Amino acid sequence: MGGSALSAKIIQLVIPMEPNLELVAAETASTIAELMCFDEDGIDEIRMAIIEACLNAFEHSHSPERKVYITFHILPDRLILEVTDHGKGFNPSDVRPPSIDEAVRGGRKRGWGFKLMRSLMDEVMIETGSWGTTVRMTKMKRRGGGCYDR
Amino acid sequence: MTGKFAVRARKGDGYAVLETDLYLNQTAGEELSKRFNELLEEGYLNFIINMERTKVVNSVGISILIEMIEKLRERGGRLIFCNLSNVIDKTFRIMGLTQYAEVKGSEEEAVASLKEQA
Repeated sequence: MGGSALSAKIIQLVIPMEPNLELVAAETASTIAELMCFDEDGIDEIRMAIIEACLNAFEHSHSPERKVYITFHILPDRLILEVTDHGKGFNPSDVRPPSIDEAVRGGRKRGWGFKLMRSLMDEVMIETGSWGTTVRMTKMKRRGGGCYDR
Repeated sequence: MTGKFAVRARKGDGYAVLETDLYLNQTAGEELSKRFNELLEEGYLNFIINMERTKVVNSVGISILIEMIEKLRERGGRLIFCNLSNVIDKTFRIMGLTQYAEVKGSEEEAVASLKEQA
């Protein structure tokens, strides 16, 4: 992480991998984004992206401790969300892109998480290995937004 | 949190309306699918999914909507979504659902569209 992000205001959250607890992450993200004066669409997009990141961790990480660690970095011009699990990691090149044409013809219907995160956020980076996985997502504020620049 | 996942069904003249609640996740999706399958067995082929109350969806819930689209394609039926929030509309477009199901601004517009092409 760069120096500018280190000087950010940081909020951390740990959630157990239990059904519907992704909503706790979503509501926290939503509150932070609201305080930062993101517009309504921006807040909804952040909420949806963090839900997908949590669900990926819940379903695919095989984390023995069954916890997700979320860090929110509040910067004047952006919100950075890091979603980390201590699971088995994965090879991003093994992730097959989803296809709606295939899905409506009896094919695979799941696997949309990363596509949605990448489409809803401005930047998505994945670090993964035998230690686990961190998905780092950035949402930039639109100009003229900022009420949490202090 | 049960209220977040409720699904309501209403029958119209030749169509059925399914209303989703606050969060369309796996639990709500399965309930939606159950009601949809019951109506399908009763012979309904035209469906409106009114998402006015729905603020959050996840990809597991949407995968269940895709199953419904698939079943209607096989039977020559129609599915129209209405009252989508901006983020849900955007999500459906990102995933390509709007290539296989229509989106209308309101339930009235959805009903009118079904009647026009009946």
